[in-house]
Amino acid sequence: ATGAYPKRVKVVEVGPRDGLQNEKNVVPTPVKINLINMLSETGLQVIEATSFVSPKWVPQMADHTEVMQGINKLPGISYPVLTPNLKGFQAAVAAGAKEVSIFGAASELFTQKNINCSIEESLERFEEVMKAAREASIPVRGYVSCVLGCPYEGKISAAKVAEVSKKLYSMGCYEISLGDTIGVGTPGSMREMLTVVMKEVPVGALAVHCHDTYGQALANILVALQMGVSVVDASVAGLGGCPYARGASGNVATEDLVYMLNGLGIHTGVDLQKLMDTGTFICNALNRKTNSKVSQASCRL
Amino acid sequence: QEPQASGLPEYIKIVEVGPRDGLQNEKVVVPTDTKIELINQLSKTGLPAIEVTSFVSSKWVPQMADHEEVMRGIERHPGVQYPVLTPNLQGFYSAIAAGATEVSVFGAASESFSKMNINCSIEESIERFEEVTKSARNMNIPVRGYVSCALGCPYEGNVVPDKVAEVSKRLYSMGCYEISLGDTIGVGTPGSMKKMLEAVMKEIPLSALAVHCHDTYGQALANILTAMQV
Repeated sequence: ATGAYPKRVKVVEVGPRDGLQNEKNVVPTPVKINLINMLSETGLQVIEATSFVSPKWVPQMADHTEVMQGINKLPGISYPVLTPNLKGFQAAVAAGAKEVSIFGAASELFTQKNINCSIEESLERFEEVMKAAREASIPVRGYVSCVLGCPYEGKISAAKVAEVSKKLYSMGCYEISLGDTIGVGTPGSMREMLTVVMKEVPVGALAVHCHDTYGQALANILVALQMGVSVVDASVAGLGGCPYARGASGNVATEDLVYMLNGLGIHTGVDLQKLMDTGTFICNALNRKTNSKVSQASCRL
Repeated sequence: QEPQASGLPEYIKIVEVGPRDGLQNEKVVVPTDTKIELINQLSKTGLPAIEVTSFVSSKWVPQMADHEEVMRGIERHPGVQYPVLTPNLQGFYSAIAAGATEVSVFGAASESFSKMNINCSIEESIERFEEVTKSARNMNIPVRGYVSCALGCPYEGNVVPDKVAEVSKRLYSMGCYEISLGDTIGVGTPGSMKKMLEAVMKEIPLSALAVHCHDTYGQALANILTAMQV
């Protein structure tokens, strides 16, 4: 129901990784570093910096080591990086990473197409990462893709999402980010999915990662907040298109999210103006228009 | 409307404002034939209400200069309402002469906006609308009332919920069957939407309320969801 909203929300900025990874144009390493440094000045507490995957798979993240070593790491800010396997994890730690993320999915077909193995096999790989992370005292965040729909399988059962989330949480992930990868979710399906997942994972360990492909992101996030979720992923300027729908948008824009949270009186610690300035910078560098409505509206004033 | 288990209404009436509010604010002016075709296509989608045009002077709103032709030219599907804007009695008479069977009047919750938009105070605009609703009542023509700037004004900034409630109540009392609350510049968020609706609902039954949200800051669907949850 429309009861209380959380008093504080932690905004996890995924622009430099999820955003840039899904942009047509590749930006040079110094631009990536500057983007992250600017984001570090906005009040954001978590900024996903890069991905330690093979450049064969993800060329846009080929400079992961340089980026990790080049950014200013401000105290109090976390700079997690993606590590799909033990090799990536070791490279990440060698490059100075202090937090990592692993990416599961609630869909078998998606897992096959995305990382070339089954869900079960992917979890085995992650176990290796978890073991090494535990030994190194490195926190691990778990992502579950396709929580509200899959580009290949279509409908995804909430029970499956709960099952994969529970496995990642039991393995030791401190937080599970539930991703509406193709943005097909609506407040109804979000509510249904969270109700089932919250039976297996405490709400304090849940985050939502909504795509705005069908314009539903903020409405879906609102419902998640009403159910007690207090961690939301977003991407500055709404960076990152949709690899499954040409021309469609992807991540929800951090500016639009912060605008909504400000209006609700929810504390984020984020300076909206500084965030918009960062968005302007990276859009110029990418030679593209911003996907943030707040940014578009603010230009006219 | 009985709420479902989710607390949301089972049915939502969608009022399509594209042909009027939409086209009026587009840079490119479309030919009359295109407007008629647009409305005819919309009539086939199942929409229960389609705002057709605006009977205002073409001096003020050139995009709606062809109001008469459009009104006469469209197909009228049974079960579909085709309201038109009528800012004053003169516009109302023209609308009726052209075949309109429902009209809308446009108030605002901000004095500055009222002056800049229709060149008079809120009180003066209410007087004009009363002339319209009086004639409309005599002819059994339903009137819908709009309140602009319900969540913020481009000139005044913040708008007090009680002011929105006051203007809404005036329009409702004079005979408007429905009041559409417009977030004209899209600055509203779920918090301000809820506060505004709570104030307005003290004066007007929920079933007589509609929301008209602009997506200027990307907040529209979240604000609409909030309105549905109230």
